[in-house]
Amino acid sequence: MFKKLKNMNARERMLIAAIFSGALLLAIFVLSFTISDGNLRANARIMDQGPSFSHPFGTDWLGRDMLARTMKGLRLSLMVGVVASIISVIISVILGVGSAVLGKTVDNVISWVTDLFIGMPHLIFMMLVCFMMGGGVKGIIVGVSLTHWSLLARVIRAEVLQLKNAEYMQISSSFGKSLWFIAWHHVIPYIMPQIIIRFLSVFPHAIVHEAAITFLGFGFSPQTPAIGVILSEAMAHISTGKWWLVFFPGFLLVLVAKSFDSISEQAHILLEPVSANE
Amino acid sequence: MVIALRTVRALTLIVGMSVLTFALMHFSPLDPITRYVSSDPRMSPEQIEKLKIRWGLDKGPVEQYFIWAGAMLRGDFGTSRLYRTPVSDIIKGRFLMSLALMGVSWVLSGVIGYGLGALAAFKRGKTSDKVIRWFSYVLVSTPAFWLALILMLVLAVWFHLFPVGLAAPAGVLDANVTFAQRLWHLALPVMTLSVIGIANVTLHTREKMVDILNSEYVLFAKARGESSWSVFWNHGFRNSVLPAITLQFAYFSELFGGSVLAEDVFSYPGLGNMLTVAGLGGDLPLFGAIVLISGVFVFLGNLVADIVCVIVDPRIRAL
Repeated sequence: MFKKLKNMNARERMLIAAIFSGALLLAIFVLSFTISDGNLRANARIMDQGPSFSHPFGTDWLGRDMLARTMKGLRLSLMVGVVASIISVIISVILGVGSAVLGKTVDNVISWVTDLFIGMPHLIFMMLVCFMMGGGVKGIIVGVSLTHWSLLARVIRAEVLQLKNAEYMQISSSFGKSLWFIAWHHVIPYIMPQIIIRFLSVFPHAIVHEAAITFLGFGFSPQTPAIGVILSEAMAHISTGKWWLVFFPGFLLVLVAKSFDSISEQAHILLEPVSANE
Repeated sequence: MVIALRTVRALTLIVGMSVLTFALMHFSPLDPITRYVSSDPRMSPEQIEKLKIRWGLDKGPVEQYFIWAGAMLRGDFGTSRLYRTPVSDIIKGRFLMSLALMGVSWVLSGVIGYGLGALAAFKRGKTSDKVIRWFSYVLVSTPAFWLALILMLVLAVWFHLFPVGLAAPAGVLDANVTFAQRLWHLALPVMTLSVIGIANVTLHTREKMVDILNSEYVLFAKARGESSWSVFWNHGFRNSVLPAITLQFAYFSELFGGSVLAEDVFSYPGLGNMLTVAGLGGDLPLFGAIVLISGVFVFLGNLVADIVCVIVDPRIRAL
């Protein structure tokens, strides 16, 4: 039952990674709701305290508890990450499948648009979108979704092109099944593993980009507890050596991103049965 | 032939990008006129009409795009709303600052990343391989701005090894800044961008090199008695350096994003920092010009990567 980590196969390692990451996310979620908003209010008696038992992440220059701010910030990041990843996966499935199925001209157009979005410098494009949408959660979600679909669309196109030559596809169409029937019953189930893997791997990028764009000051007002906002405020106090303001929020963000990354990697191995028992 | 096709495609992509940029700016809720007027409330409606005509805002969006794109091609980027000076004057100096920052980090991250990846592949399974891999895996999902903050905290605030920000010491005339001082101030931003850039190349090179080392020609080379070094030089290097170079050129886009963040943290006076200021200040001409320049830069970078591949790899030319 309790084997050493390196003796486990991919399935067991995946399970452990998933349990760890799931527990982490659950903890953040529960904490972000159970910590009362009172901790976010300024409290002059506990200004600028380092990490202690009652304030594990310390307090800031207004006496706000950093643990509370970090948890609420991460909840916002996770929400933006989930919504943006879902939207970008939907865009990429539609364009990827369309590109492979709808003929040469459509394929050329979609490939060109895909290249355009792959080439645009992502962060700068996101700044442009946030700028255009006038900030807010909406701008960030649209910006992140629009910059993250392109690589996946390319992968899906390649997968579907491969599938097109499969016999059951040709039989299905010579039986007179509609394009929709084929897409729904043959194409989508085939590319589902890719979609899941990519969703999981887009996610960490999405939350890191969300933090970057809010760090620069696009999107949220300074009162919103978002990781980017917290860190950009902490930047002003860095020369006084209050390391906990900078270290903990960023470290947790990396931890969350990393745990999703590892789930997606294990899922990748797992969904390719050949390598699952390695 | 292939090169010509790729060049044409890159050009159409640059045009596409300019259309996209223009469209996003054009349909932005920030109306340039209202912004301008709010800074000068004494303007009469007739003056506003005149201003609209002077800025070409009375014409349709397509016509406006061509006027805008034509001016851009001539190097006329308009006048910054924030600084009230020609955009090209503002950009010129900052472009060189950013170029220095990105150029140095680009080369450093490429060379170090390739070296680490190759080392990890040759030592695969050993401790050094594990350390390099772990390091890269963590760095891949580390935001550039957080790494910048941590480096600043440790190296500048705790150990006083480097200055906290800016491109030159405060209170010194630009002409009196020595080269050493410039390097000194460049160190932390460069370190940030290089370290962030290493991870990708390292992981990719390691994978590629492991494949090469498992190949039969390497097995045969070893059987002939070639040392690790000559296996690397004769077989590994040639087969793995090209994908690494392609990857590094494709990394231009990330590099731009990273430099925006690093410049923001270190208050380094480059294009990225200016872009943030322009975006937050609603300065459309300045913002648009920098977005366009960075886009052109990235697409040209990808084109160069394509051309290098075609020249070096005869298999692509045959297509």
